[in-house]
Amino acid sequence: MEFKEIILTVLILTPIIGGIFALLVSEKLTRSVALVFALLTFALSIPLYTQFDTEFSDTKSAKIELYKANPAERVARFELKKPWIESFNINYHVGVDGLSMPLIILTTFITILVILSAWQVIKIRPKQFMAAFLIMEGIMIGVFVALDAVLFYLFWEAMLIPMFLIIGIWGGPRKVYATIKFFLFTFFGSVFMLVALIYLYTKTPGSGSFSILDFYHLTLTPLEQMYIFIAFLLAFAVKVPMWPVHTWLPDAHVEAPTGGSVILAAIMLKIGGYGFLRFSLPITPGGSADLAWLVILMSLIAIVYIGLVAIAQRDMKKLIAYSSIAHMGFVTLGFFVIFAVMQVNIKAGATEADAIIKGAALAVEGGIVQMISHGFISAALFLCVGVLYDRMHSREIQDYGGVANTMPVFAAFAVLFSMANAGLPGTSGFVGEFMVILGTFKANFWYAFLAATTLILGAAYSLWMVKRVFYGEVANDKVAALKDINKREFLILFLLALTVLFFGLYPNPLLTVLHDSVNGLLIHVQSKL
Amino acid sequence: MQNTLITLSLIIPLAPLAGALLAGLFGKTIRRSGAHWVTIIGVAVSFICSVLVFKYVIIDDFNGGKFTYVVYQWLQSDNFDFHIGFLIDGLTAVMLLVVTFVSLMVHIYTIGYMKDDPGYQRFFSYIALFTFSMLMLVMADNFLQLFFGWEAVGLVSYLLIGFWYKKETAIFANLKAFLVNRVGDFGFLLGIAGVLYFADSLNYAEVFAHAEKTKFSGQVIQIIPGVDWSAITVICILLFIGAMGKSAQVPLHVWLPDSMEGPTPISALIHAATMVTAGIFMVSRMSPLFVLSETAMTMVLLVGAITALFMGLLGLVQNDIKRVVAYSTLSQLGYMTVALGTGAFAAGMFHLMTHAFFKALLFLGAGSVIIAMHHQQDMRKMGNLKKYLPITYWTALIGSLALIGFPGFSGFYSKDIIIEATRALAGHSQSGIAQFAYFSVLAGVLITALYTFRMFFMVFHGKERMDDHTKSHLKEPGWVVTGPLIFLAIPSLLIGLVTIAPMLFGGYFSNSIQTPEYNVLGEIEKHMDGGFGVGAFTLHGLLQPPFILALTGIALAWFFTLKRPDYAESLKKGLKPLYLILVNHYFFDRVYQAVFAGGARKVGNILWNVGDRKIIDGLVINGSARTIGLFSRVFRKLQTGYLFHYAMVMVLGLLGMLTWLVWPVVKGVFNGV
Repeated sequence: MEFKEIILTVLILTPIIGGIFALLVSEKLTRSVALVFALLTFALSIPLYTQFDTEFSDTKSAKIELYKANPAERVARFELKKPWIESFNINYHVGVDGLSMPLIILTTFITILVILSAWQVIKIRPKQFMAAFLIMEGIMIGVFVALDAVLFYLFWEAMLIPMFLIIGIWGGPRKVYATIKFFLFTFFGSVFMLVALIYLYTKTPGSGSFSILDFYHLTLTPLEQMYIFIAFLLAFAVKVPMWPVHTWLPDAHVEAPTGGSVILAAIMLKIGGYGFLRFSLPITPGGSADLAWLVILMSLIAIVYIGLVAIAQRDMKKLIAYSSIAHMGFVTLGFFVIFAVMQVNIKAGATEADAIIKGAALAVEGGIVQMISHGFISAALFLCVGVLYDRMHSREIQDYGGVANTMPVFAAFAVLFSMANAGLPGTSGFVGEFMVILGTFKANFWYAFLAATTLILGAAYSLWMVKRVFYGEVANDKVAALKDINKREFLILFLLALTVLFFGLYPNPLLTVLHDSVNGLLIHVQSKL
Repeated sequence: MQNTLITLSLIIPLAPLAGALLAGLFGKTIRRSGAHWVTIIGVAVSFICSVLVFKYVIIDDFNGGKFTYVVYQWLQSDNFDFHIGFLIDGLTAVMLLVVTFVSLMVHIYTIGYMKDDPGYQRFFSYIALFTFSMLMLVMADNFLQLFFGWEAVGLVSYLLIGFWYKKETAIFANLKAFLVNRVGDFGFLLGIAGVLYFADSLNYAEVFAHAEKTKFSGQVIQIIPGVDWSAITVICILLFIGAMGKSAQVPLHVWLPDSMEGPTPISALIHAATMVTAGIFMVSRMSPLFVLSETAMTMVLLVGAITALFMGLLGLVQNDIKRVVAYSTLSQLGYMTVALGTGAFAAGMFHLMTHAFFKALLFLGAGSVIIAMHHQQDMRKMGNLKKYLPITYWTALIGSLALIGFPGFSGFYSKDIIIEATRALAGHSQSGIAQFAYFSVLAGVLITALYTFRMFFMVFHGKERMDDHTKSHLKEPGWVVTGPLIFLAIPSLLIGLVTIAPMLFGGYFSNSIQTPEYNVLGEIEKHMDGGFGVGAFTLHGLLQPPFILALTGIALAWFFTLKRPDYAESLKKGLKPLYLILVNHYFFDRVYQAVFAGGARKVGNILWNVGDRKIIDGLVINGSARTIGLFSRVFRKLQTGYLFHYAMVMVLGLLGMLTWLVWPVVKGVFNGV
């Protein structure tokens, strides 16, 4: 078999095998084994970028026709399809496009940092801890590459198990409440998705198919689209999470160990956003268009309401959790504002496909950039809280003060990441928000207005925390006794800082792999409206 | 020549950046002297390159006085191109010279001012980083990079105000500065979004071409549904909100006085000479847009006039030497904004330049006093420092005379032209706002002279009010402090005289600044016999009301501070309500603190405790959990544990399913019948 065909499967299996190894070897070796496998997986994911076919990126004329005729074309990279359960026509079908590929590399990168961060901290059952993270990495990659609905659903639900264990075993005092809440919320959402997927299966012609790409070809009635859209919305909105189904996230974060929080914020939330792109928009474009107002409303509430709630937080992890919800609001806003943009174009007299979608790609790509960037920044912030928690065993802001006096190097990193969280230009946090606000302005001034409040709110909650935790006189003896970060912690934060700055100063390498898929998606959605 | 200019224009921002990185990341290795050497060399190289660029582009008139160069594509999306690129024309060239020169002086000065500070390397790294950011801002050829530089200078300003991060007032001030600036940036970003939407590009050249070609005519936006507003007015007002934040115009001025918590060199560099003028620069750069909207221009004029007058008044009651200078900066920024509002963008830029020199000089002079006084900033504890600090005294005198616009000094030319422009506009348009602006800038002259010389006399003349210990140590700081004072005093004295003719009447800005339909500067020139002459203008100034007002101000200051200080005290008592309003800065800070800072926290708490905890979690989530619990209590009764009960239910269920499966067949049979 060719490299291009098996690479995705190898990417799913490598960390899972690594997880099994981590369980088998001695406690002394388990960390190194886990690190080796995480590094290996990361190395294997690099060709996805370097060999990614961006030739497609010419979206004009001929390409538009191609996408209309065969929307599946877009997802055909690194494809592999093997029969699995033939009686239901379920296949082991994997492949990536520009929407999923960056998220895979994000996953493999963040996992390395998580394993490094747990190096000395996890004293109880380190083997199981490492294994849980590696296995989860494989499962998450599976979610991103699955092109068969059953395969997708399998990975989607399987993901909950290691996370459940991570919070349940290595979590804080209220871990039971948090795990149950987390599990029930996400499970509640995904049940509806399962029903929708089975319904779509019954709608496919011939002997039926669970292929997501076949779903793209379906012509559904407006009512069907509405119901299926709502079913998907329930699943994805919980995952993102969107207001008002977000309350599980702060609890889960507070109780999760640092590594769990990092994976949760950096990757698992993105799966919700990814779901909108892979399922909701292309399968139910009509339903998405009809209910776009609702998603936009929920997104704007997330940005403003949750931004204000974040200001009021006293627990650092809760603050970052709420900030995550607000930032994810930009993702969903960018994805769903496209319908309003198209309407503006049509109103202005656009008739051709590429004229109708003009300006929409800016918003969608902004949302995707925001997902990737938030992966780095939220990971960095949770790791920063982890650094403090390991030393002081407190996440309460009021227990700190003047940390910059005793941990100057660490404080420099924390200020950088807080600034990135506040969307400072030059950091990756700026790029996505900037693109979404610019794209949204076209749709509606007030959407852009409300979205832009993040400039003030984001700065307020991020920097007020910095002020209270890092600046000022040394607050107490515990702070006075703090030791600055060690080499391992420095390495983790340094890598993240480099990434955050790189994508802030030069985001184009990320954008080039998005254009083709995003334009294809938009043409597809537009053609089916 | 193109290649030389590319190299030079890359070196200009990158040399300070390299210095900043070396001093910041390797500060421990290169030690204190290493840190100041790398940054000073970086900025000096940058200054030299700026001079060369000025020569090549402006004097040698390269490509019509305009050099552009795209460095790299930042991102491309939806066929919109966002890049990093340089534009050097008359406007940028003058900013380059001002920024790099003042920055160089401040760098040298810092060696003396910060010599005992443990954060020495960090400080040099920050100011070099600031220089880099400011240069990127002024060299931008597109809105994106402008916004980059805009926010980057805001970041460094935040870091520098909070440089002494143990000081509670400093870390309060830096958070406040950043947040207030963010309010401005909020408008600015929306303005940029508007530009992209209506002009389809963020590159100056394309946006201005669009403005020239279409005048944005017919482009409207509905902010209130059903009401069409002119797009260009909305864009300009939004952009100007950004300028109001950065250039500290009322009501977004509250952060600037507090920013004085930072070390004095940065007050000179950032909060007087360069960063705060970014708003003025930006509006001048956007002159092709602003001239299209009379409404926006009127707003600019009004905001500037309010700032010029009311912020100056606050300077009268301050006792902290730096705060007096800070309020004078606010007032002078108001003057520049007034100039922009009259359409005399060139005059605004001209005042920006002269102000950069004399205000940096005054701040560094204040810093020199503060060093000598062992970090005492209260003017009531100073007096007669003339005897101990002669160089500081004479340079401060030059700065003060320039600030009040004494004929011959640089400030005279720039301020007088603004007053003339406002008078011309007030005469031309007859609008109430223009009249008010004219009154403001005129009254402002008296006020400026009053507070400036009140400070000057309190510090350098009169009784020695310091304690004996301080007095015994009083001496002029070393050459690293006095050298920059002298080097800044020279342009404070001469720059106006030398440059007014070419800059305002010689078409220096002709390829970078657009003049409005009613060109005030052109009108002023028309009214001069035989065109503009520096000598005639200076002599003319000696007979005009501003000069008389300035002299009156000095006299009053002398009377109230030196001759009869007791009168000042009784005046304070007699006008108690007014005095209270002034010492409380018109209650802006308190209201903001209560309404915005307190309000946001309160609303956040309510949303969290009521919205999230009570309604969503309490009612919906745990409520449904309780409901399920209730149901399960009922259903539990069904689970009797008796096998035949279960069997019974199973049979019933099977029957039901069978019926459901068979029903279509049955129905078909019946239908067939």
